[in-house]
Parts: sequence; C-alpha cells; structure tokens
Amino acid sequence: MEAEPRGGAAGERTPGTVAESVRAYRLVVRMWMRSTMSYRASFVMTAFGNFAATALDFLTIVLMFSHVEALGGFSLPEVAFLYGTASTSFGLADLLMGSMDRLGERVRDGTLDTLMLRPVPVLAQVAADRFALRRLGRVVQGLLVLGWALWRVDVHWTVLNVALLPVTLVVGAAIFCAVYVAGGAFQFWAGDAAQVQNSVTYGGATLLQYPPGVFARDLVRGVTFVVPLAFVNWLPALRMLGRPDPLGLPGWVDFAGAPVALVCCALSGLLWRAGVRSYRSTGS
Amino acid sequence: MTVTDSAEPMIAVDGVEKVFDVRRKVAGTLRRERHQVRAVDGISFTVPRGEMVGYIGPNGAGKSTTIKMLTGILSPSGGRLRVAGIDPSRDRTRLARRIGVVFGQRTTLWWDLPLRDSYELVRRMYRIEDPRYARNLDACVELLDLGPLLDVPVRQLSLGQRMRGDIAAALLHDPEVLYLDEPTIGLDVISKAKVRDFLRTVNAERGTTVLLTTHDLTDIETLCSRVMVIDHGRLMYDGGLDGLHAVGESERTLVVDFAHELPPVEVPGARWVRSEGPRQWLAFPAGDSAAPLVTALAARHPLVDLSVREPAIEDVIARMYGAA
Amino acid sequence: MGGFYGAVVVRGFRRYATYRVATAAGVFTNTVFGLIISYSYIALWDQRPHLGGYTEAQALTYVWVGQGLLAAMAQMGGGFETEMMGRINSGAIAVDLYRPADLQGWWLAADLGRAGFQLLGRGVLPIACGALVFDLALPASPLTWLLFALAVALGTVVSFAIRFLVGLSAFWLLDGAGVVQVSWIVGLFFSGMLLPLNAFPGALGDVAQALPWSAMLQVPADVLLGQRQGADALLALAFEAGWAVALLGAGRLLQGLATRRVVVHGG
Repeated sequence: MEAEPRGGAAGERTPGTVAESVRAYRLVVRMWMRSTMSYRASFVMTAFGNFAATALDFLTIVLMFSHVEALGGFSLPEVAFLYGTASTSFGLADLLMGSMDRLGERVRDGTLDTLMLRPVPVLAQVAADRFALRRLGRVVQGLLVLGWALWRVDVHWTVLNVALLPVTLVVGAAIFCAVYVAGGAFQFWAGDAAQVQNSVTYGGATLLQYPPGVFARDLVRGVTFVVPLAFVNWLPALRMLGRPDPLGLPGWVDFAGAPVALVCCALSGLLWRAGVRSYRSTGS
Repeated sequence: MTVTDSAEPMIAVDGVEKVFDVRRKVAGTLRRERHQVRAVDGISFTVPRGEMVGYIGPNGAGKSTTIKMLTGILSPSGGRLRVAGIDPSRDRTRLARRIGVVFGQRTTLWWDLPLRDSYELVRRMYRIEDPRYARNLDACVELLDLGPLLDVPVRQLSLGQRMRGDIAAALLHDPEVLYLDEPTIGLDVISKAKVRDFLRTVNAERGTTVLLTTHDLTDIETLCSRVMVIDHGRLMYDGGLDGLHAVGESERTLVVDFAHELPPVEVPGARWVRSEGPRQWLAFPAGDSAAPLVTALAARHPLVDLSVREPAIEDVIARMYGAA
Repeated sequence: MGGFYGAVVVRGFRRYATYRVATAAGVFTNTVFGLIISYSYIALWDQRPHLGGYTEAQALTYVWVGQGLLAAMAQMGGGFETEMMGRINSGAIAVDLYRPADLQGWWLAADLGRAGFQLLGRGVLPIACGALVFDLALPASPLTWLLFALAVALGTVVSFAIRFLVGLSAFWLLDGAGVVQVSWIVGLFFSGMLLPLNAFPGALGDVAQALPWSAMLQVPADVLLGQRQGADALLALAFEAGWAVALLGAGRLLQGLATRRVVVHGG
C-alpha cells in the first residue's frame, strides 16, 4: 500500500508516518470488512458474482482466438500471460485503493473534513475507504489465468526470469497504486473528473492484455515514457517470453520496473500533498 | 505533549482572515470571472481554558470557516491562530489528539456496525490506554444513557440517540477543547435537554473548553455565559448575553391589563404596540428598568395585572444584522 | 400527467448538462478506450478480414459507435441506479413511494433525460475522434440514421429497465456496489461492447444475440452499419421493444413486491 510521504514543507509531524499510515489503513479496512460481514449472504453473492464477471473479460480474448491462431504474433497462452500479469497487478491495486475515485464525492459532500479531524494520515483513510474484499475476485481470476499461461507458455526459466515474475506483479501493483493516488489527488482540483482515472486504470489494464506490437508506436511510447504502464508487465514479460520490444530499448530497461514504480509512488505522493494543500487553502 | 501554560488562553485567534478565490459565471456569457470572497475578515478573540462560548451568526457568516481553521482543516490566509498552544494548520494531526469535534449533521459513526465498534476504532486511532478508555466510556454511557444502545447497529438509532453517540465518540480521548456544530439540530425536546445537561457536566467536571455553534438560542441561554456573533466574516459582538440585547437595541415588552378598555396610552420611554380589549402591549428599550414606566402608568389608570416579556434572541440578532 | 414526466425528462437532461468537467473527462476516457479496442480489432480483422460479416472499417465503426453509446446506455455507471440504491438503503425511498408520481415512470423519465444529454455530450465527440484517426463506414442514407435513432432510443429504455431491476435489488441485497459492478461487466460482455456478438462462436453467439443486452449496442450498430435493412431492421426494433416491455413489466412486478416490503417494515 501507498504511504504518505515523510517530512517536507507542509509537515505533518507525526513520527513514522509510513508505519502510522499502514496502521490506520488496517484499522479502517477492518471496520469495512466487519461492515460487509454484517450482510454475509450479500457478500458471498457479490464476491462470487465479481469473480465470475471478471472471467468474462478473459473469455472475450478466448473468443477472439476462436477465429485466429495468433494476435499481434502472440499465441493464446502468451496473451494469457500478459492478461494474467496485468490483471493480477491491477486487481491488487484495485483491492488496496480502489475507492480513491470517491474522493471527489467526499470533497463535494464535505465528509473529507471528518477524515481530516482524525490523528492519522488522510491518504490512508481515503485509500481504505469502502474497502471491499469482493475485489479479490479480479486478483484470483488473474492468478488463475496466469497459472494456466505459465503451464502452457514456453519460457526459459532462468533464475533471473523466476525472480522477475513476482517482482513484476508487485511493481505492477505499485504503479497502478500510484495512478490511483495521482487520480485521487487530481480530484482536489477537478472533483468531477474521476473518469479520467478510469481511462488509465481500467484502460491501462485492458491495453496491457494485448501484445504491444498491436498498437501504434506512439501509443506504446506514451505508455512507456509518459505514464509508464509498460513497466507493469510488457517489458518484463517480453523478456521472459524471449521477444524483442517494439521500441528497441536497451535490455536493462526490462529490470527498471522497481525504480520506476518508486518514482511513480513518490511523484503521486507529492501530487497528493499538493492536492491536500490546495484543499486546505480553498476548502473545495 | 506540549505543556500548555494554564495562564495562556486555550484558543487564541489574532486578526485571522480567510480569503477564497471564487469563479463566477458572468451572466449571458461563457466567461467566468474571478473574484475574492473574504469569508473571515480579521477576527480576534481568546477563549480561556474551561470556558463555554456560543458562536452564532446567520448561514454563510463565516462560522464553519472559523471552526475549520481552528481544527486545522483549512489554513488561514492571514493572522495567527493557536489552539492548546498548537498552530492548527501546521500540526493538524497532533492537534487532533487534543480536540473533539461534533458536526450535528454529519455522523462519524459506522452505519452498519454496533455503536461499540465505532468507539473501539476511536480507541485504537487515538491510542487511548485501556483504563482511561474504560473510565471515559463508562462515564459517557451513564450520562448519555447509551447502555442499551452500545450493541445496536448505528443505522437503527434515532437521530437523538445517534447524536448522543457522536458526542460520546468525540470525548473518549479526553479532548481539552470541544467544537460542537449544531449539536441539537433536529432533536426532540427531551434529547436536547439530555445533550445540554451532559455538556454542562463535561464542562464543569473535566474543565473542557467548549465552542458551540447553534441556531437554537436556548442552547446558548442554558449553556453559555459568553456569546460571540459573527456576520460577513467579522466579529459583531463578543460578551455576555445581556449585553447582546443592549447592542442589538432590543426591546422588552410590557403587557398591561387595565381595568377597562382604553385608547392607546402614551407614556414617555415606551411605545404603544397594540391593544386587545383592556390589554395593551408597550415596548421599551431592553436596557431600561420597567419600574418608572409602571409608576407612570399606575398614576394615570387603574391597573389589574402586569407582565414583562423578554425579547427573543433571534430578533435581537436580526436587528443587529439589520443595523450592520 | 404527460407534461409532468416531460418536465422530469428535461430536468434530467439539464442536470447532466451542468457536469461539464465530468463530461469532458468522460469523452477523454471513451476516446482512450476506443483507441485501445480499435487496435486490438485491427489485429483481429487483419487476419480474418470478414469476421462476423464486418469489414475492418465496419468493425472500427462498431468500436466507436460503442464508445459513443456507452455513457447513454450507462454501461459503466453514471445512471440513476446508485442514487436509487442509496435512497433504498437510507429509507428515503419510502417517501418516493408515497409520491403521486409512479416510481418507475419517474426514474424512467429522469434517466431518458440523462441519456439524451449523454448521447449528445459524450456520443458525438468520441465518434468524431474515431473518424479522424480511422476510416469509418458511416452510412449516408438519412433513413438508416433515423432507424438507428429509433434503435438507440429503444435501447436506452431496455438499459433503463435492466438497471431498474438492479436498483430494486437493494431492497433484498445490501451490498449495492457489488451488484452494480457485476451488472456492468455482464452488460459490457453481452451487449457486444468487448467483442461484437456476431463474432461470438456458435450457440453462445445465438444466445447473446437473443438476450436483452444486445439492444444496447449490437442491434443499433447493425442497423447503422446496414447489416439489418428493410423488414429486418423493423424486426430488430420489434425485438428491442419486446424486451423493453417485458423488462419494464418485470420491474413493475418487483416494485410491487418491494413496496409491500416497505409497508410491512414501516420504511
């Protein structure tokens, strides 16, 4: 999960803000889980429904492959590998902070103020808002597809590749989390623009399901250098699958995911702070 | 913990301003014009430890903006603020441990969970030690009659019960200052009385400093010895309730029952308002004594009965706003 | 009474017209999704040039028409159902039930107003963007456009009727957000938003074509692309109308049950 950055000018002087954020996040999450569990039947139904429904996503790809052998030069197991990694990472981020898009609503109806009155970081509270375990459905489905892909796909399992896979999932989740935080922060200025965030999160997850060769080169450049979604799964996956990347970047870039994710988190953290500061000076 | 010198006021507000940039659509065009709104326009006051102050004014006068600055949610555009020795906008989270806030129309309780669970969250968030938590919870439960409600999901509570629950939630961590925004809004008479009794007790026994915003002037009359009136972002009045009447040029009403029907009487220092059979209503400045008036009347006509009616504070404030 | 519901339609339209930033954000999102899906279809149609009876240009037109209709059909939220569920959960629905206006009729009118705005505000621009980047196969005949307009209108009623049922589920299920999310994903799949239904293989394709969700994209798109002409186009409209009536009827029935529940529980 994302932690509110430490130190800096506007100084929230709570000692150990990262640990404090994690703690507050867990406290709020627990309350939401208990709330959902007070409607147990409803929870079971929607959790299952969520799992089944996200499977339709992958079914679309399977249907495409009922007409063709390969898409953009990738076989079904290879596309499934992309799908599984993208979906798992996105699912994790969605599970952890999927309610960031409600921030605009909270600003509008004034309930953000009640969060700011508590002695714990606001970001942690907003991220944990409406925590829904049913979102685990997407993660499970992503992992299942990934498992199937790993069984069918032809990867040369060197030590490096074995290590790269879990790192990729975590890095991907971190990049999506950063997008969620940045999107949330953006709503301090444009509360109604929550949709833009969807184009990067849901849109990004859809994009990354397909081989990069399918897309126009400028689009691929955009998601490599501007919003670095390519680091979620494309670059490491291409390496694992032994395929060249369409931009012809140097090989070490495939391993740059972790630092890129860190930079993303730091930038989104700064944006968040700027958002909070703006809220506190405008109150709207 | 900051050690606050007990001589230092609990709340110190010095020339505080809050200016908002507002974009407004220019009528008939697509252009938007920027202009500044001074929501709080240079306010100064202090509240000593343990005082209970009413903070009143019409909607949009700047009350909630002030409260938001005092809690650190909003940063002031100018001036200096201290609450319990802390600068709210710099140290919001540290201040949060030392203040309690109740927004009358916005519950902080968890809708689907029993009341008790919300209190557990407060305990963990504020890191309240077990004995202190148990003591405070017990006290609140007893004084606010929360016992039978602790295991009821909040969504099943009535408005009055929920408000009592919210007030308790704001006091579990022993705040030194309590901000109450419309704590009795929408409550029935019995709930109102319960809330008021409780606040009086808390103030008296724990010495909690209370700043109270309300539209119900009975709240102020029964709880606060001091009242501040704000309008258009400025402090219009700061003092006792009686003084408010003088400033507001309010009038008391003398209701006189004469022995028989009379034409409107004329006495110096009073104004005839209306007649109804032998009864007449005469208005006179609230600051004056009724005695000379009664003497003058009795000298001219036989009187059967007399009563003096106090002015409603709503009218007093309305007059003040009218004058401003 | 007609005048009253007309006023509700107008109010629904105006209400959404005030959300300018949200509209712009939505157009942006639709365009991004349109681009992503377009490229994946190009890859598909490159290998199977007449998949589902569409040319590549028709397939791309289908993508952008889909993005243009997405908001009007409230396929990813933005409709009334979340608000209605909120009112059910807070108990405010009891007040609505005692209003002189019919609950279903009132929400239908408001939602049609919303759909009307979304069609203009969020439909036109993404399609224009798509037409700028790709070669689209838009028809020239005004009759085709008229039939398309009718098909879209009926589609919005079907979309409303489905979401009304989803909204009413809040009387029995308390996690409204979960139900809504599931209904989105099912709707996106079976309307043909992810892949045209005529590219679905065998029996799955037949079943999907017969389900009500097809009225939200597949049927209007086929009318626009000239896949269904003349008598077949009328048949398509009748299909939509049939589902609209059936689903509105189901909503009515469920609303009756829910009303009884509110009365029994005292709101």
